[in-house]
Amino acid sequence: MVALIEEVFLNTFGRPAGAVCEDQARLQLAELSCMGDQLAFTTDSYVVDPLFFPGGNIGTLSVNGTVNDLAVGGARPFYLSCSVILEEGYPIEELRRVAQGMQQAADQAGVRIVTGDTKVVPRGAADKLFINTAGIGVIPKGVNLAASRAAPGDLIVTNGFIGDHGAAIVDGRGELALEHSVHSDTRPLNGLVEKMLSVCPDIRCMRDATRGGVAAVLNEFATAAGICIRIDERAIPVRAQVRGICELLGLDPLYLANEGKLLAVVPAKDAEALVAAMRTDPAGADAVIIGQVGAAPSGLVTLATALGAERVLDMLVGEQLPRIC
Amino acid sequence: MKYLDEFRDSDKAQALLREIARLVPGIETCRQRPLQIMEVCGGHTHSIFRYGIDRLLPKNVELVHGPGCPVCVLPMGRVDDCVALAERPEVIFTTFGDAIRVPGSSKNLLQAKAEGADVRIVYSPLDALAIARRNPDREVVFFAIGFETTMPSTALTVLEAEQTGVRNFSLFCNHITIVPTIKAILDSPEVRIDGFIGPGHVSAIIGNAPYELVSKRYGRPLVVSGFEPLDILQSLWMLLLQMTEGRCAVENQYGRVVREGGNKPALDAIGRVFELRDFFEWRGLGSIDHSGIRIADAYASYDAERRFAVPDVKIADPKSCQCGEVLKGAIKPWECKVFGTACTPETPLGALMVSSEGSCAACFNYAGIRPGAPPRQVQSPLSNR
Repeated sequence: MVALIEEVFLNTFGRPAGAVCEDQARLQLAELSCMGDQLAFTTDSYVVDPLFFPGGNIGTLSVNGTVNDLAVGGARPFYLSCSVILEEGYPIEELRRVAQGMQQAADQAGVRIVTGDTKVVPRGAADKLFINTAGIGVIPKGVNLAASRAAPGDLIVTNGFIGDHGAAIVDGRGELALEHSVHSDTRPLNGLVEKMLSVCPDIRCMRDATRGGVAAVLNEFATAAGICIRIDERAIPVRAQVRGICELLGLDPLYLANEGKLLAVVPAKDAEALVAAMRTDPAGADAVIIGQVGAAPSGLVTLATALGAERVLDMLVGEQLPRIC
Repeated sequence: MKYLDEFRDSDKAQALLREIARLVPGIETCRQRPLQIMEVCGGHTHSIFRYGIDRLLPKNVELVHGPGCPVCVLPMGRVDDCVALAERPEVIFTTFGDAIRVPGSSKNLLQAKAEGADVRIVYSPLDALAIARRNPDREVVFFAIGFETTMPSTALTVLEAEQTGVRNFSLFCNHITIVPTIKAILDSPEVRIDGFIGPGHVSAIIGNAPYELVSKRYGRPLVVSGFEPLDILQSLWMLLLQMTEGRCAVENQYGRVVREGGNKPALDAIGRVFELRDFFEWRGLGSIDHSGIRIADAYASYDAERRFAVPDVKIADPKSCQCGEVLKGAIKPWECKVFGTACTPETPLGALMVSSEGSCAACFNYAGIRPGAPPRQVQSPLSNR
């Protein structure tokens, strides 16, 4: 059984020419060290219900998520690992589709999955399928993205419509029977980030707005840099379908997860040119400026509402729950 | 988005705010103390904070956030009963999402679920009935909660269960009714509410007539309101206009949804399945006569309270909590002794801190109010006039 499963991954990911079949992947240092002066290394575990949703599956998510965690640090991602925990009896055919999703995402991002592991646990000991990926990338010399660098006067930029992934997951559970489905925005952002850094090397910091949504990232920035962030609700792009789902269930798109959206803090003088450059990339086609950085009150994120009033945009406690009525 | 964006129009909101500001000086009460308007419904509270409406109003118009958030007024003992039901091995306990975090005396439903109870979030009681059909060897209990807004869907689900012969389905009925509650608030000696923004969705079911006692017996105007920012502002303006003109009536701002006589088929379904309890316990407000709803004898087999040995736990509200005074508008949320210290959204003591419709959680999250720190003054074009 385990051999069969490993075969699925090996056949899908392929064996690179000259690869050694040992207990570890062996990576050429010289290939990496000529790209920059810092290694970036990250890991994330992926658990999602449902495993397949409009616009992607746990496989595409597990590659894009880790690629993006590297990319928003300014790193060029190169290698990924893939560790899988399967519940006994999980259909091989579905697993093959997940592996194919991973390979497609890896091809799109230009990374290679070079090592992995598979464990099968008894029925009930895991929920169908969990994936962990880790990734290695190289940060080019001179690139220094850090939340602490955000400063008063800077502007906040995002690369497009927010909340798509979170809404797609709600929709994908099939409990709402919606007419117009929403597709997850899961995609690699490393190409876009490279373009952004080439246009504006002085970008202060970037994060991808996954769990906790845009609100969580902005609060992290504000806390890390001891600054205040003011965003304008009317400037934030939200698709009509996503708004519809949110209105129906009493959810706030600012707290919905994204899997292909980043937030960047950028010097005001470069912001317009940066947004224009981002819009030439498919991953940044709907890029906009959504707010600005102020000095005080430190650590606070505020939102100008549709009526022009200002309110606090806090971190979410626990998960967003649908409201009664 | 149609029917939403029109009601969030900033220019129209500014125009209404100017009209409201123009009316205020002509109202006698405003010359002596701030006017207190209570929005009864939690949906209104949510909108007010989400759009920052409270911050745009003239200083001497105060909004008091009333008891209309069903999860906020649920007493702790009822949550313990829920947990006891959910922990029965044969039971699948189904609930709306925002009820899952309401604190019981030792745990909430989310913690019970983590410990192994089969608790599932549903969007409608019909989803719970579908779960019952798919699990004929289990007992599916639906946590029925809410005012008249959610009663018809629960009632129709019971009728459907009966018609289609589903026997492994029952309700843990915690429905409550709004009018006796408004009456109880008005009967409290410390209350000085000057007018009410009436609940729009409840009124879509019961119509406008049941509020007549508010205007006739208690002499307070009430305007039934929709939930978008312009709805709320227009309702406020209608209330202030009544006061300026010396009138006191029940008026309907939410004409696109609320009919004068309510919704007859919905009322019929409620009348068939439910009956009034003699009294019901509310968090913060204590026992209120004829404010709770139970399942009528004809449908007793769908009543979880009769079907299972529900412990019927009675637990006094935590002494430190001042939910009742907040609910009645006697104190502001941040004036409560435990606001933001012992009671936070992460570890709520009082239920007003649990739901996003609860006024304490709204003050904490949306207004960023912290203990010891009064609400921040923010710039708005009109509030300083």
